Parts: sequence; C-alpha cells; structure tokens
Amino acid sequence: MKKDIILGGVGGQGILTIATIIGAAALKRGWNLKQAEVHGMSQRGGDVQSHLRLSDSPIWSDLIPFGQADMILAVEPMEALRYLPYLSSDGWLIANKTPFKNIPTYPDEEKIYAEIKKHANHVLIDADAIAKEVKANRAMNIVVLGAAVKHLGFTAQEIEEAIKTIFASKGELIIEANLRALKAGIEA
Amino acid sequence: MENMMLLGDEALAQGALDAGISGFYGYPGTPSTEIIEYAQRSKQAEANNVHRTWSSNEKTALETAIGMSYTGKRALVTMKHVGLNVAADPFMNSAFTGANGGLLVVVADDPSMHSSQNEQDSRFYGRFAMIPVLEPSNQQECYDMAFHGFELSEKYKVPVLIRLTTRLSHSRAGVKTRQALPQNQMKKPDDLFQFMLLPAVARKKYKHLIELQKDFEQESKSSPFNSCDFSGSDKSLGIVATGLAYNYLREAYQGKPIPHPVVKICQYPLPVKELRELYDSCNSLLVLEEGMPLVEDMLKGLAWKGSKPIKGRLDGSIPRDGELNPNKVAQALGLPDTMGQPIPEVVSPRPPALCVGCPHADSFLALSEALKEYGRGHVFSDIGCYTLGFMPPYNAINSCVDMGASITMAKGASDAGLYPAVAVIGDSTFSHSGMTGLLDCIYENANVVIVILDNSTTGMTGGQDYTAFGKLEDICAGLGVAREHIRVFKPLKANWGEMIAVYKEELAYEGVSVIIPRRECIQTLKKKNKMEIPS
Repeated sequence: MKKDIILGGVGGQGILTIATIIGAAALKRGWNLKQAEVHGMSQRGGDVQSHLRLSDSPIWSDLIPFGQADMILAVEPMEALRYLPYLSSDGWLIANKTPFKNIPTYPDEEKIYAEIKKHANHVLIDADAIAKEVKANRAMNIVVLGAAVKHLGFTAQEIEEAIKTIFASKGELIIEANLRALKAGIEA
Repeated sequence: MENMMLLGDEALAQGALDAGISGFYGYPGTPSTEIIEYAQRSKQAEANNVHRTWSSNEKTALETAIGMSYTGKRALVTMKHVGLNVAADPFMNSAFTGANGGLLVVVADDPSMHSSQNEQDSRFYGRFAMIPVLEPSNQQECYDMAFHGFELSEKYKVPVLIRLTTRLSHSRAGVKTRQALPQNQMKKPDDLFQFMLLPAVARKKYKHLIELQKDFEQESKSSPFNSCDFSGSDKSLGIVATGLAYNYLREAYQGKPIPHPVVKICQYPLPVKELRELYDSCNSLLVLEEGMPLVEDMLKGLAWKGSKPIKGRLDGSIPRDGELNPNKVAQALGLPDTMGQPIPEVVSPRPPALCVGCPHADSFLALSEALKEYGRGHVFSDIGCYTLGFMPPYNAINSCVDMGASITMAKGASDAGLYPAVAVIGDSTFSHSGMTGLLDCIYENANVVIVILDNSTTGMTGGQDYTAFGKLEDICAGLGVAREHIRVFKPLKANWGEMIAVYKEELAYEGVSVIIPRRECIQTLKKKNKMEIPS
C-alpha cells in the first residue's frame, strides 16, 4: 500500500502543515514516510510544492516519479495544474478555487476551472469561503485537506487525531478551529 | 534510541550533536541553513553548551572550526556549495594541517540551481584537497555519517568533507538515533608543527597527505556506506550509483533486486579495486551521480585497456546538467518511463518576488527614479532577496555575481569612467564580504554610491542573525567614509521626497557615499508579531 501525494501552492499558504498532518497519520499506522520540501528563494511568493510519499514498504526516491502520483492536493487552482505531469491516469486532483494573484499574467479563472474539470477524478471547492463560514479563516489549507480525506485512504478520525497532535502546543481554540475546518472540508 | 522525522540537514545536525560535537560554525545558504538552525533550537545543544551562532562568512567560519579542532574538540562547519569558494583557502590548507579534534566540512550543493547562481559539485573540492568525502544517500546516512566522519577525521587527523544535495537536505524521513557520546576533553596537538604551514613543514605535510591516500582508499573499500552487489546476472551492464542516485536506481526497480551488478559509492576516494572488478566483469558501465560527472570522468581515465562503453552524463545517457530524478534514471536504464498530462497552456510561471510590503521595493523604486536621467545600467547588485529587484516592475539592478561583488564591481566600473556607479548590497551580505571592498573604495576615494539595504536580517534564507547588525554606520565610518556621506532613511512611500533627495545628493557627491535604507524585513516582523498562519 502506498500513497504518493504532490502538495502545491504559493509560498506561505500552508502546504507543509498539510504534509505534516497526513504524515503524522501515516506514522501512527507505522508506515514509512519521505517528504521533500522547497526552502529558499521560491518561498518568496513563488510556486512551491512538496512531494509526500507514504508506504508500508521501504521508500527509495525522495521525489515522486512523473506519472505516478496518487493525488495532487493544491491550495490554489493554477498551482493544481502545474503538477499534472506527476499525476497518474487514475489519480485525484483536489484543488481550492480561490486564486492567489501575485503576478500580472494571472489567467482567467474560468479557464483554469475548465482544465481542472477535464479530469474525471477531481474535487474543486471554495476552501477560503468555507473556512470563513466555519469561523476558521486561517485554516483554508485544512479545508482542502478535508476535501481530500476520503480519497487519501485515511479515516476522518485518523486525520482528526493527527491535527490534535500537530496543533497540541497551539491551544484548544486553534485545535477546534482546525477540526471545524476539516469537518467542513469533508462535508463539502 | 529514538525514531525522529528529520530533514537531511537536521539529521546531520542531530548526528553531530549525538557524536559529541562542541561547535557548529557557518554562514546561512540554501540548502545548508537548517543544519545550524536545528542546532540553535536544540535543547540538547543548549544543555551541553554547544557553540552554534553564525559567523561573518564561510571563511571565518571554517577558520574558527579549525581553531576548535586544534583544541581537540569536535567541530563542524557548514555552508552552501558556493560558500566553499569563499572558504577555499582555509579548506585547502586544512588538508595539510589536518585536524586534532574531529573536523567536518559539511557542504550542501544545489544541482538545478533552485536557489543558487551555479551548480558546482563539491566532490571536486574533496578530490582537490585529497581528503575523504562522504556523500549520504538518505537521512539515516546523514545521521550516521556524522559519527563516521568524526571517527575518520580523528583516526587520520584530517578534515572530512560531507557533501549534501538539495533533495536530501530538504527532504524528511525517519531517522533512528544512537546513544549520545560526551564531548572530547580539551587536548592541544601533540605535534607542535601540526598547524604550522611554513614551506619546510608544508612539504612534509604534503608528502604525508599523499601517503594517506592508500589508507583513505582502504577505508572506502571497507566503508559501511559503500557496497558491491554482484548478484545481478545481466552483465551487459554494470551500474555505479553514488549518493542520492542510488535511491533513484532502487526506485527504478521498485525495490526489487537489480538485474545488473551494482557498486554503490557514498564514501570517496573511489574504491578502485571494486570498480575494476565491475568493469572487468561487465560489457559496459552506467554511472549515476547527482551533480557533475566526477566518477564518470575518473572511470574513463582509469579505463583499464578500455574500449568498453562508459555511459552517464558525458555521452548523453543522462542530461549533462541539472539534478537527477527517478525518470531520468529509469530512461538511462532503458526501463519504461511514466508521464502524466502536460501542463496546460493556461498555467503562468510564478517566479519568486519581493513580498508585499518589502522595504527593498520602496528603496528600489526611489533609486530607479533618482537614476532615471542616466538610463539603465548603473546599478551593481549582490546575493539576497534584493536580487529580485531585477524583476519587473522594478528592473532596478544590472548584476549579481557573488557575495560582495556589488561594491567592487561598482568601483571597477567607476575606475573605467562609468558615472554614476551604484552598488546595492544587503546588510548581511555587507557583513559577509562588503567591508573589504568598501575599504578599496575608500583607499582611492572612488566615485561610488553604496546602498546598504538594511532589513536587519539575513532575509533570503529565512531570517538569521548576522554579525554587523546594529553597527553599519560605525563600521563605514571606521573604515573611512565621511560621516556626512553616511545617510540613513526609512524606505516608505510616505518618505518618497526624502529618499529621492538623499539619492540625488549622494549621486552628485564625488567620492564614497553610503546610503542605508533601514526598515525591518516584513517576514521577520510578522514572525515577531505572531501574525503567521498557524503551523
């Protein structure tokens, strides 16, 4: 059993937090994990991605081979498309609808949505709006994670437990906000 | 024993801590920065009073580490690949002096230049200096090699180079730790000549280093990190895989046995006998290595009576430049390749950019306005976040070569008659390599304007301290810049008029001016105000 996940977004949008939560759930199962991250120049408003590999067998490469990812999980719609070369033919494309526009050449959103919808296995949700609805404004990333849960092969409870572990030092209020965001994402 | 989830950088730092290190030294640089950052956060390091503050630059860092090694204590110096160019003088000579306490030089290379100005391969430096090189293939080896490296260093009294690359430095995996060792007791060198490189001594040292080469090769042969697996029956091809490339090889066969004979190399100098055996028993060789074709080139040189093909980056089996990935390796092995959908045309590039609210943005807009009448091509710049000032909408700078080159290039251009000649350098870069160039300007009263962008941190690498913090005006004055030509302003739209006036006044002055736009980095300010997204 393996899950290869590409996480995509723009520097500062919280993809590493998603990776840490999924990773904690995998470790609880006793799985192996490798997680390649982007640090440095690209973090300054550039596109960032993380390769998250989970498996009950040994994992060799830190990078996911092209065409073999089980999922692209993106907190920004255009960034979801940037990693399509990695996605396997039956992989899932999970994306937030809210664009992050920090470049003058940002394309028409409808064209981006149309490209995402070309994939049979896709989920496109307005995670920013959902996060606001459940009063967890800063937890947009966790809403996107929620939307991915049933395609990840983890139970909602496993992810909830991981959130409680990861945010343990941040206090009850932050844990509760993130759990609300997760639930809203799952139900979206 | 504990199982920790660590980046390659962090695994190496934890390994060094558990191996009884007394001091980390270095200057921040992607992808090496997290080694010292990890040590700075470590409670274990704090409890054991391990040195772990940043140095002014890689040269001072390495020299300080040599000094600690002199006392018999274990020390580690860390930097990015181009940092080793700055530290090359002490590095090459430390191979002659050797070490007393274990000395590790940990250099993180950046193939594909994700955050760098070139992709030089530090293994060449190791070979140049004739010292052992360790190149971990995974996070566990990063941890274990700290122990092994210190042992090797103390056994032969030589520094040991550990070479990391981006994908290992910045990838996380489980690492099993060992029982921690105590730090070494202080013990000055037994040999009073050891660190005394007078020519007569140095000649002996060089002969000794040459003598050691056969021992180093023997160590490579018996290294726990190198292996020969000749069980693969398909001898049409033998495979040499170094460091991270070994993982891509295993990935290509999905963890199943590899049908070809394989030599894995993670410790250098090359174990020549084993490679000879591989060459003799196979019809051709494929060399898989992250970085430049070092091993491939050497095998071609060794090529015992050689007419057998040696494949790799030089014959195009693997692209000549750029980092490896699992697909490149699978293709070179002639295995079926996999590929998803192409990136749709609607996707735009999203290059890195100055943050919204960045002080450099205001400094650049005003500088460009002040220089408008002279046309473009007058601004020499440097390495840091502000290098992004080259991008639209700023289009504000014209060069980025190496740490500190802004000031000296501006001087050279001014010497040739270019007016105005402006240097733009960050505050941390100035403390790394700007001061000596400024002294050159003072010495000849060069007609230059030096802008030290002071965001009060080392920004590009994520906000580290630097040594000249809070002392910029005094340093410039001390070096000889006239106080009235050291000008400070706060870069804000509200101060537009003042900024333009200061720039224009100093452009008009014939001599050395220093302008310091000072406002804190928006990222470090956010961290302080705890405004960041919970993570």
